[in-house]
Amino acid sequence: MKSLGSIRRDFAPWNDPNAKPYIQFDKVTKKFGDFTAVNNLSLTIFEREFFALLGASGCGKSTLLRMLAGFEDPTAGRILLDGQDLRGIPPYRRPVNMMFQSYALFPHMTVENNIAFGLKQDGMPKPEIAARVGEMLKLVKLEQFAKRKPHQLSGGQRQRVALARSVAKRPKVLLLDEPLGALDKKLREETQFELMDLQQSLGLTFVVVTHDQEEAMTMADRIAIIDKGEVMQVATPAEVYEAPGSRFVAGFVGNVNMFEGKIAHGEAGAASIDAGNGITIRTENAGDAATGAAVAFAIRPEKIRISSTRPAGAVNAIEGEVYDIAYLGDMTVYHVRLDDGHVVRASTMNAARITEDPLSWNDRAWVSFRPDAGVVLTR
Amino acid sequence: MSNAAVTAATSSRATAAGKSALARLGEAFVSRLVILIPYLWLVFFFLIPFVIVFKISLSQTAIAIPPYTPVLGFGDGLAGFFAQLNELSIDNYTWLTQDALYVNAYVTSVIVAAISTVLTLLVGYPIAYGMARAPAMLRPTLLMLVILPFWTSFLIRVYAWIGILKPEGLLNQLLLATGIISQPLVILNTYTAIFIGIVYSYLPFMVLPLYSALEKMDYSLIEAAKDLGCPPTSAFWKITFPLSLPGVIAGCLLVFIPAVGEFVIPDLLGGSQTLMIGKTLWNEFFANRDWPVSSAVAVILLLLLIVPIMLFQRAQARAQEQDK
Repeated sequence: MKSLGSIRRDFAPWNDPNAKPYIQFDKVTKKFGDFTAVNNLSLTIFEREFFALLGASGCGKSTLLRMLAGFEDPTAGRILLDGQDLRGIPPYRRPVNMMFQSYALFPHMTVENNIAFGLKQDGMPKPEIAARVGEMLKLVKLEQFAKRKPHQLSGGQRQRVALARSVAKRPKVLLLDEPLGALDKKLREETQFELMDLQQSLGLTFVVVTHDQEEAMTMADRIAIIDKGEVMQVATPAEVYEAPGSRFVAGFVGNVNMFEGKIAHGEAGAASIDAGNGITIRTENAGDAATGAAVAFAIRPEKIRISSTRPAGAVNAIEGEVYDIAYLGDMTVYHVRLDDGHVVRASTMNAARITEDPLSWNDRAWVSFRPDAGVVLTR
Repeated sequence: MSNAAVTAATSSRATAAGKSALARLGEAFVSRLVILIPYLWLVFFFLIPFVIVFKISLSQTAIAIPPYTPVLGFGDGLAGFFAQLNELSIDNYTWLTQDALYVNAYVTSVIVAAISTVLTLLVGYPIAYGMARAPAMLRPTLLMLVILPFWTSFLIRVYAWIGILKPEGLLNQLLLATGIISQPLVILNTYTAIFIGIVYSYLPFMVLPLYSALEKMDYSLIEAAKDLGCPPTSAFWKITFPLSLPGVIAGCLLVFIPAVGEFVIPDLLGGSQTLMIGKTLWNEFFANRDWPVSSAVAVILLLLLIVPIMLFQRAQARAQEQDK
């Protein structure tokens, strides 16, 4: 069975036309004075989905989250949760909880009381609160810190308290605003997997806002890429990476080599692209781009092979000169300047410890790729 | 590192150490001196005057200059000095407890100061809250407006209230003209006037610490409370107010402590019908020329205020620790 990317997905309600949407942004616009933070945006999120809003800072992704939590009202459009229009419902009556970027732990309360805060608001009986708090502390492995105040905890521990507090009420939806932003890299990677396990075991719908594409790729079932208050693409991480819908998405997520050119001739998805300066690229992924159309050919660095001689039988092979090499341990990144001045980035997994025929700076080299390795972008 | 370089580094460190032994002595002296200055200040301008006042409070009135006896001195040698010491007595303190006037004045002063403090808090908290939530651009201006009254003499500002509060004053004219009242209100020369005067005069001392406590509070805490199901009013009492407590305590004590001994406001606005210890002290000192009794009044007042002053110090220390 063939699949885009390396994962087979069994959970994919977005492909099911009968699946009921859980959260719906319906033509939502939000303006702050003259500034349009969110522009006529529509988005559908399904129950139990781990959904990521990915974008640069100031793109409107946090505003979306804050509208869902009830801290901001949309200027126009509707937000529906489980079929119910959320307009006019204050944050304290919405069945959603948020984990704040700053964690927003109450500094005058112990860890225990922070977690119990929302439960007390609901008027839950005391023994039940105690049981739930204990359960939450166990979930985030902070049992022995119950009586501490937030300022007596490390950054990672605070993050886990914030998480426990926001899931303690078993909200229908958990909103996470840059949940791992304040953690260092190692802790962040560990926590990503913890969050995924937590979401699985609690069966909640997670909506996470992040500017870190790796974080979004790791955790999310689907990613919405937001730019200037508009959705650029909503797709699974593999689709976003392997089949970006536009030049923006291809450039925003991961590294990419882009060749601007024109479709020289093509039929049934396959085409030749004239990228100028005598470079012709043959691709099988031209889609329905018409002959003569101005397109971009995008190819990821790891899908480009680099070799000192022209590989036999290569459909696409271009000669150039190695002008930069970065050895990263698990892989090596080469920058190859083609003879027309175009710089191509190619990365090679260092699967073996010893390289037979290593390349060096200023070596002549060939970059080659298969006709199905890149995508053709019309937008 | 080459051998020569190592030697050079070692020798330079050696001279540095030699220097620092001397320098350290100098530094230690300077740092002691720096600590000494505030202590010297306190000794000269607080402790010595207090000892003098305390000594006078143990003396007796006399028609003389200075108007009390004994005047301690070594004119008659050491024996004479001790003889004079023996003349000192706590008669004045006994007198204070026997005359209901003084006890009443103390009690009234504490009650008036306490009520004024609560009123100042009630007026000051919303002001400070509004300032702290105002757009960041506006805050310096608002802060300036709070401090602005200090540019005018305190005395003149209290005097101005006479013009507002007197029976034919601005307030009564306004209320009569709008038909809200038919008879002028008697406010001047009552405790109400004192409350108004104290609240007005001490408001900045309440607003500033409250503002600084509220301003540094992270607004996302309120959002988090709301997010967890807490309506705004409840969020205020559960989050905002407890977190502003250091400011509330500091503000209340900054108003309460000087208000207990306040003289100008009760004298100008309170008239002869009101009784406060500051006024009593003034009368003893200037009208009766009874320095020993007025000194005793002052000493008792200080003892009375030591408790709230210590509370204030503790609250400040705790707030500082929390900031760390």
